Amino acid sequence: MSDVLLEAKNITMQFGGLKAVDSLAFKIHKGQLAGLIGPNGAGKTTVFNMLTGVYQPTEGEVILEGQSIKGLKPFQISQRGIARTFQNIRLFKKLSVLDNVLIATHQHVKYSLLNSLLLTKSFTESEKNQKEKAMDLLKIFSLESKANELSSSLPYGQQRKLEIVRALATDPKIILLDEPAAGMNHSETHQLMDTIAKIREDFKLTVLLIEHDMKLVMGICENIFVLDHGMKIEEGQPAKIQNSKKVIEAYLGIEEA
Amino acid sequence: MFKAFKNPTLALIGLAIFGLGINFGFNDYIQLTVLFIMVNCILAMSLNLVNGYTGQFSLGHAGFMAIGSYFTAYSSTHWNIFPANLQFISAFLFIVGGGLLAAIAGFIVGLPSLRLKGDYLAIVTLGFGEIIRVALLNMDFLGGPRGYANIPSLGSFLSSYLFASLWILICLFTIWRVMQSSYGRGFLSVREDEIAAESMGVDTTKMKVRAFVMSSFFAGIAGSLFAHFTSFINPSSFTYLQSINAVIMVVLGGMGSLSGSIVAAIFITAFPEILRPLQELTHVDLRMVIYSLTLILMMILRPKGIFGELEITDVWRKYVRRSA
Repeated sequence: MSDVLLEAKNITMQFGGLKAVDSLAFKIHKGQLAGLIGPNGAGKTTVFNMLTGVYQPTEGEVILEGQSIKGLKPFQISQRGIARTFQNIRLFKKLSVLDNVLIATHQHVKYSLLNSLLLTKSFTESEKNQKEKAMDLLKIFSLESKANELSSSLPYGQQRKLEIVRALATDPKIILLDEPAAGMNHSETHQLMDTIAKIREDFKLTVLLIEHDMKLVMGICENIFVLDHGMKIEEGQPAKIQNSKKVIEAYLGIEEA
Repeated sequence: MFKAFKNPTLALIGLAIFGLGINFGFNDYIQLTVLFIMVNCILAMSLNLVNGYTGQFSLGHAGFMAIGSYFTAYSSTHWNIFPANLQFISAFLFIVGGGLLAAIAGFIVGLPSLRLKGDYLAIVTLGFGEIIRVALLNMDFLGGPRGYANIPSLGSFLSSYLFASLWILICLFTIWRVMQSSYGRGFLSVREDEIAAESMGVDTTKMKVRAFVMSSFFAGIAGSLFAHFTSFINPSSFTYLQSINAVIMVVLGGMGSLSGSIVAAIFITAFPEILRPLQELTHVDLRMVIYSLTLILMMILRPKGIFGELEITDVWRKYVRRSA
């Protein structure tokens, strides 16, 4: 097996008396496409928030490439190479599509404020490169014709795509997708599956996704973690998950004798 | 490098020609009003950087202005480092000094308080402004409540005007160019969605402090110029009403529009003066009634502000070119 990229070491998130996630441990290998599923309220998004530093785990730690990211702020974690999308779309609504992507490339900007005041060469060149890179990314998702429109004016499916583009623009090592197919119809979901597979190839990315659409999850994920009431109840390949009694019970309830 | 100074120089020449016209065509009263308009332009633009672009609600701009004002007042009366014929160099340095001191204050205030959001930040900054004012009231070497008198002017109207023009352009082009850069987009991302901005690798606290420090620098500059133009300042020139005045200019012009800030600063400063003859005519002070009614009406009819988020160049592109 290839080496581990992201590892959660018994992470726990406690909100007052509620344990949203209870000593969860998992490993994601480099290049893997992993899925995180579970019934509503199982704590999936909380896991994402812990991985990206929005919440600090009350116990345990997250290891990225052998280094702990405990105590780091979200922007530092993003700079280390974890990018994410949001379940309820969080685009910069009043900014253009292009600006949305450009903001994600800000962490790679080398020039200082003074360069922008004096319009130096490093400023103009860096701006040009940033824009080219952003446009290239938008092209992959065929959003380049909308580059100058407001991001809030895009239809829902494209807003979801734009979130993925924005996450990709940070040059991540691993991308966390929080319900990328939510609200999409059948053909859109299919398209999305293809795109996820494609970006994974092209960018040599590791992907972790939360999804309720079982067809998507079973179709593309290589390794699946099932979460229920904040605890991991099953882990393995799609075939194993589909036949797991615990998973079926978590989703459908226990059969009464 | 050379290219960077082309537009500002052209603009300075344009402003200078306009100033010559005012110099010979109008009386002292109008000339002084023009200078106050320019001070308010700088104040409004600087506040727009924080309130409009970065989306943080600051109500303490009078405090930063006061710091700049008093520094300039004190330094230009006490420190004679240049011979009389080179006074303008020292004046320039003292104005920069006033700005820098205000920027330092902005950093000290901003670092802890910018973790707060919305109304809380507004209250903290409001408190800061009042602290500065009350502190000045009790500083005897700065005149205390009696104020600071005999601040040297910057010479004739024309030289004062040129000084102000220079600073307006520095302020305008600085903010404009920063907003065109990646840092500017960082400011906007903080306004739009802080959590998303953080997740995309933008250090939002640093961004906010940057915007706040830049903004307080220019507020200090505005204060320094104000001190020179009035030649007398006292703590009550910098009450929270002055801060609110600046906020009105930003909101009226449009949050996130530099052109809007300038137009609103001109309007807010000039309108009460334009109404002055009315008072002589009717013998009743209707000025403030009309002034506030106008503000209310404008906010009802155009809640986004005069320019909304557009700049004058966008308006040109959107309406004028299309119809042509």
